[in-house]
Amino acid sequence: MLVPVSWLREYVEIQLPPHELAERLTLAGLDVESIKLIGLPGAELPWQPEKILVGELLAVHPHPDADRLVLAEVDYGGPEPEVVVSGPPSLLPLRGQSGLQRKVVFALEGARLWDPYAAEPKIKTLKATKIRGVASRAMVCSEKELGLSDEHEDIIYLPDDAPVGTPLVDYLGDAVFDIDIKGPFAHLYSIVGVARETAALLGTALRRDVLEVLDRHPAELTPTTDFIELEIADPDLCSRYTAAFIRGVTVGPSPFWMQTRLRRAGMRPINNIVDVTNYVMLELGQPLHAFDYHVLRPRPGEERPAIVVRRARPGERMATLDRVQRTFDGEMLLITDGGGPVAVAGVMGGLDSEVETKTEDILLESANFDFLNVRRTSRLLGLASEASLRFGRQVDPELTVTAAARAAHLMAELGGGTVVPVIGDVYPGRHAPTAIKFDPAEATRILGIEVPVDTITRILASLEFQVAEDNQRPGILQVTPPSHRPDVTRPVDLVEEVARIWGYDRFPTTLLRDELPPQRANLRLLGAERVRDILAGCGLDEVITYSLVDLEDEGNLLQTEANAGEYLRVINPLSAERSYLRRTLLPTLLHTARENLRFLERVNIFEIGAVYLPRKGELLPDEPRRLGIVMTGPREERSWLPGQDREAVGFYTLKGVTEALLKGLGLEGVFEPGAHAAFHPGRCAQLQVGGEVVGVMGEIHPAVREAFDLPAQPLCALELDLDRLLACWGAPRTLEPLSTHPPVYEDLALVVGQETPALQVRDLIAQAGQPLLRSVTLFDVYCGEQVAAGKKSLAYRLTYQADDRTLTDREVGRLREKIIRRLERELGAVLRG
Amino acid sequence: MLDQLEQKARQALDATPDSDALAAWHRHYLGKKGAATQMLRSVSALPPEERPAFGQAVNRLKRALETAFEARQAVIQRQEMEQQLASGAIDVTLSGRPTGPGHLHLTTQTLRQIYAIFAGMGFQVYEAPDVETDELNFGLLNMPPEHPARDMWDTFWIGDQVLLRTHTSPGQIRVMRERYPEPIRVILPGKCYRYEQITARAEHQFYQVEGLAVGRGIQMTDLIGTLTEFARRFYEPDRRIRIRGSYFPFTEPSIEADMDCILCNGKGCRVCKYSGWLEVCGAGMVHPVVLQNGGYDPEEWSGFAFGFGVERPAMVKYGIDDIRYFYGNDLRFSTQF
Repeated sequence: MLVPVSWLREYVEIQLPPHELAERLTLAGLDVESIKLIGLPGAELPWQPEKILVGELLAVHPHPDADRLVLAEVDYGGPEPEVVVSGPPSLLPLRGQSGLQRKVVFALEGARLWDPYAAEPKIKTLKATKIRGVASRAMVCSEKELGLSDEHEDIIYLPDDAPVGTPLVDYLGDAVFDIDIKGPFAHLYSIVGVARETAALLGTALRRDVLEVLDRHPAELTPTTDFIELEIADPDLCSRYTAAFIRGVTVGPSPFWMQTRLRRAGMRPINNIVDVTNYVMLELGQPLHAFDYHVLRPRPGEERPAIVVRRARPGERMATLDRVQRTFDGEMLLITDGGGPVAVAGVMGGLDSEVETKTEDILLESANFDFLNVRRTSRLLGLASEASLRFGRQVDPELTVTAAARAAHLMAELGGGTVVPVIGDVYPGRHAPTAIKFDPAEATRILGIEVPVDTITRILASLEFQVAEDNQRPGILQVTPPSHRPDVTRPVDLVEEVARIWGYDRFPTTLLRDELPPQRANLRLLGAERVRDILAGCGLDEVITYSLVDLEDEGNLLQTEANAGEYLRVINPLSAERSYLRRTLLPTLLHTARENLRFLERVNIFEIGAVYLPRKGELLPDEPRRLGIVMTGPREERSWLPGQDREAVGFYTLKGVTEALLKGLGLEGVFEPGAHAAFHPGRCAQLQVGGEVVGVMGEIHPAVREAFDLPAQPLCALELDLDRLLACWGAPRTLEPLSTHPPVYEDLALVVGQETPALQVRDLIAQAGQPLLRSVTLFDVYCGEQVAAGKKSLAYRLTYQADDRTLTDREVGRLREKIIRRLERELGAVLRG
Repeated sequence: MLDQLEQKARQALDATPDSDALAAWHRHYLGKKGAATQMLRSVSALPPEERPAFGQAVNRLKRALETAFEARQAVIQRQEMEQQLASGAIDVTLSGRPTGPGHLHLTTQTLRQIYAIFAGMGFQVYEAPDVETDELNFGLLNMPPEHPARDMWDTFWIGDQVLLRTHTSPGQIRVMRERYPEPIRVILPGKCYRYEQITARAEHQFYQVEGLAVGRGIQMTDLIGTLTEFARRFYEPDRRIRIRGSYFPFTEPSIEADMDCILCNGKGCRVCKYSGWLEVCGAGMVHPVVLQNGGYDPEEWSGFAFGFGVERPAMVKYGIDDIRYFYGNDLRFSTQF
């Protein structure tokens, strides 16, 4: 909300410079996001107090040598009036006239002003010059030259009471705060509301004249008036409807001061009647609506026009002020007259009852509507207004009469009419204020600071809360919030008021002294962090991709259309590509690989993140964490060193990483041939840990690679269920003693059938070699001329060791024989010479 | 005679250029058939009464030469090693064999810093799901249906009652219900989602960390102290903190914490929008309704909560001006950290 400080000053005395005031308001929760300075020091164009002054145009003389120019004689408070060459259209017809007494802005030589003709905003300094032979060392200014608007057709005229010789900065300079009002609080969407907070913060009093308008202009409040018949048919949505009647106004432009304030508060002046409704809304926070009285229709058979506040009939239509035909549903609240809808309650008026130039009599609506209903209507119609903004935040129902009276008298003042001293007022939703029992110790309990009770009382009173001692319980306060604070219902709400007015900048800081809760190990987190460290240690880079994915990508991975029914879908997605919650990490990882391959030759990435699996009969899905890996490109980075490995990564590269991960976690894994649509059918393994399948890995199927627009190079991927993998992690372990006796090494080369899995051979050796065989390492796999077709040679290094003695050749020989016999018997293996 | 031999031997020793010459010298003077041994053998030619003295003199000579030999040997070995090393010099400016670690995502790195700082204050990590119920994300946080404060969060909806969490705050209810009646000190990290067009300033998916402390004597000053401590440890030890009033439906009183801008030190710059302050987090004392919904009696218990985005502090710290880098996963970005 835009708040001109000059306007604020009308209700509260402010001595602080604007930025200090802004800081005070910000700390109290009225976040001043920016300050626009107008003419003040620090503004884009500061108006020099000695150079730019309020002047009085005394006379206009003809220019001796030019038809389109005049000589303006201006009194600016100097010893002599100054004559300057000028040419605005409004001065030309005044040639030869004197005693004009028009107030203008007068700039003297050396004044810095906006150059109205520059293409880009530029400040120029006014210099003495000669125009068509006449010397001129000052000028009469336009709004554009002062930076007030883009208006440069004519000069600016100030109100007649502007004091001649006063620096313009003192007369028209201003600071406009842009305040971000946090929370649904209508009471802060007004100048008086901000002034009330300011007064409380500065410890001064709010000037209440405008709030006490009825004291100066008494009026009779009555539900039944001569001029209008009022009916609230749906009191659940309209707690109060107030109508004032102003007769015989003349519609015209509103005065300079009002236009200036409206503009600075961000509103466009329209005419004196509409401007007054906007002005009072900005001033008091009560949205108002002016109807042309004679457009309002009576009910059939009645004389007086009628206003009926009721829910719309489903499908009912009306054109709103913005010239759009609107259709309403049965929950939308309308203002209707005897003939039909004339306004959407709390949102916008109807086009047909708008105030026009010929309007003379005004029916002024000042009402209160249910805030949730206004929000709903505004949302469904896609129609937001200054009125709906405020009504949607619970406007004070006690405000309607004050605002109506204030606006009615302003209209009469500016439009020359008379205010009928009767105000129609139907108020079915009146609430008695409720007092809150408040123990001042609560402030200390919640805040941790000691605020004296009389300070608490003073702060609350400054915000217009009524504070009384509880009769029964000494020390306990009975606090009644003012009607404009429906948000305050609990003691803790009062604590907040005390805290923010007392000032958070005065709070000391403390460290938690409260009891420390039981501390628990978080294996879930530790496990994931361990996995991250191991994989980064293996040279993989971590990525985090989007959870929302394209169903088509999931289909591309599975090489069949994904079944949408298995996915959680976002009802209101940002785009089709981000409309389903993923069930696998691989598609986004493949995309990430592709994007990075545009710039890099090697991409080795992993992600740890949730997938979302809907559960039957459950509102929320299962969210298991997955680990995904994608590797592609040469195994080693290019370098100058001999023996570098520039082969493309393959199955065994990824398997090496997977084994490193298992080793790092201290887990045993079993790899078996696997099958998964996304993988090469012969290069896919499933991994078992702790007897459970935890995931799949392998080389990505060429068709999948193509579907993801990846280049034709091997690409390996893995996806594991991290929670299942980690289920076995962290089990207690005991030390295996380290033998001090020397190991015996022996190499064993075997020929077995091509189809025999290496794992089987290894397991058999390990089993047969118990208990002295300590390790079995495969160091060569060969098939070719040296072995028969359909066979392969596997060479192992065996390490034997005992804990308690040095092994003899005989012992080792016996064990070796045993191993070979088992291999021959069970696998048909032949020892290779 | 012995003196002559010693003088000659020492001269020859000093002249030995390398290990081979040294070995030859040793053979010549001290070997089995060397000059000293020969000298000893010649003892038989002497009268018996001179023999012991002569023998002793020869043995002294042998020991002296042996000592001199060892000294010379050390010098030569050292020289030879230096020569060998000199010829083995390589170009140390050539790059090393490529190896070594990959990079953790900047979000992970930032989260770890946050975990560590709060662990020091007794806060432990508690994780909650991404897909949430309307009730936990809004309702139990003091925002019943149609509550105007719901406008503060643009929501992705999965169904009538199910949504992608817009903040980590629903975890507050989960952890309270799980831990009651223990006191609580947790931080709740996680992915959050907002229905927002993706721009340099806004992402539809981002990380947040929520903090929650519930106890029998937790106060606003503790909250301010905790946030100050965090800012000083995460950024720099002399950072200033500004607390201002704010509004959140699930805290009362509500505050926001700002820190003096680390780029301009509070003078005002583009990053802090010329205010001199950077927003650190939103926070407040847990609203009595929320405590109640978590199972804690607000008359007996109090608590504070705070929440902040994870990317923003990293952006400030590392001068990142576009949030899209985080989940765009360009490795040229990630590998810088």
